[in-house]
Amino acid sequence: MRRFDYHRAETLEHASRLLTELGDDTFLFNGGTDLLVEIRERLRRVRNVIDIKGIPGLSDITYDETRGLTFGALVTVGRLERLALVRQRYPNLREALASLGSIQVRNRATVVGNVCRASPSADTIPPLIADGAFIHIYSPTNMRVVPLSEFFTGPGRTVLAKGEIVTGITVPPAGDNTGKAYLKHGRRKAMELSTVGVAVSLSMDDGVCSDIRIALGAVGATVLRAPQAEAMLRGTTLDAATVKNAADKAMEECTPISNVRASADYRRDMVGVLTGRAIRQALETFA
Amino acid sequence: MKRIVEFTVNGEPSEMTVDACCSLLDALRDDVGLTGTKKGCDVGDCGACTVIVDGQPVNACLMLAVEAEGRTVETIEGLQPGVDVLHPLQDAFMRHGASQCGFCTPGILMMAKKLLDDNPNPTDEDIRFGLSGNICRCTGYTKIFDAIKSAAREMEAARS
Repeated sequence: MRRFDYHRAETLEHASRLLTELGDDTFLFNGGTDLLVEIRERLRRVRNVIDIKGIPGLSDITYDETRGLTFGALVTVGRLERLALVRQRYPNLREALASLGSIQVRNRATVVGNVCRASPSADTIPPLIADGAFIHIYSPTNMRVVPLSEFFTGPGRTVLAKGEIVTGITVPPAGDNTGKAYLKHGRRKAMELSTVGVAVSLSMDDGVCSDIRIALGAVGATVLRAPQAEAMLRGTTLDAATVKNAADKAMEECTPISNVRASADYRRDMVGVLTGRAIRQALETFA
Repeated sequence: MKRIVEFTVNGEPSEMTVDACCSLLDALRDDVGLTGTKKGCDVGDCGACTVIVDGQPVNACLMLAVEAEGRTVETIEGLQPGVDVLHPLQDAFMRHGASQCGFCTPGILMMAKKLLDDNPNPTDEDIRFGLSGNICRCTGYTKIFDAIKSAAREMEAARS
């Protein structure tokens, strides 16, 4: 493996200072399941890694009915996947977690790492955006909480400035009248990067859809919302004809590219199929 | 700069002297001398290097050796309960011919051990899910499944 130096950060302030002082080619080292591969395959030039896994307070998972689910930057995909609360309240996120890499990878990879990597095809991002999650940012000068939907600026790019560190994510509570789904489309069932991923979170009041968020993965430079499709669905009973029209609209709203995994046309077609399917699956909660 | 890492491997306190950028996999094989853990892809895809760290299976190639400080690592060398005594999984793998070239076998055995520890009576779907990060290119998995189910039955019988 190409040589690099290893630093262990004691605090967020320490990690932030190291990020700034050690210069370019310095990266946070959390789960490492992407970073170590990128180093080994020479996809990323790395001189220093800063291990943040010893920083206290970043491993917590909390849930309450007003604030929702909050998990720290060090929480692994596997730990969250195994939590009964996530299975019951966030089936969309749970589906995404259980489909990421392998069990071995999930025991090392963190959800925050998957999010910060900012891949358009990252599995955990669509359900978190559909659920209206927020991301907590430590900054020496500008501590803030940002809606996850505003966190990404492009493939691999986020609003984080030099020396800033994501400390955790909060997902709003799941009400009794909410339905959720995440559908991952790929060529195989495991060890797969998503070709298209569609997450839907919706609320029903007396048989009428009071709110819905649709998040589309791997069909744009970042994970996208489908605001026009959502607007067509709000206030309706989500009957088959309306869902079909909205799914067609979502196909217009996405901006896929062709690459080794699929063509743009195929991805767009799958957005239509999966959006309708995800809405129906989210509705099954109420059946 | 070399670092000294103190950890527990297969129940014994151990020490390794490693570079910061050395993977746990390379350290186990080259420094500690435990070569049962195999290096297949070295990028977390194949599962041949699966070891159990603090009770959870991980790819040893995707962990730095320095991160093992103070941790408990179980490798294939620790699976045998005693000299000349095989773990029921090892015994079943031999009887069922669940190993051909054998390169994936240590990783699959560690994963299967964890699977049966958590779930003594796995369905085919449970085994499929449990082994989804372990690639075997020889057997087609049928005999591996047979062996794991056979070991599960024997371990169940031994308990009752």
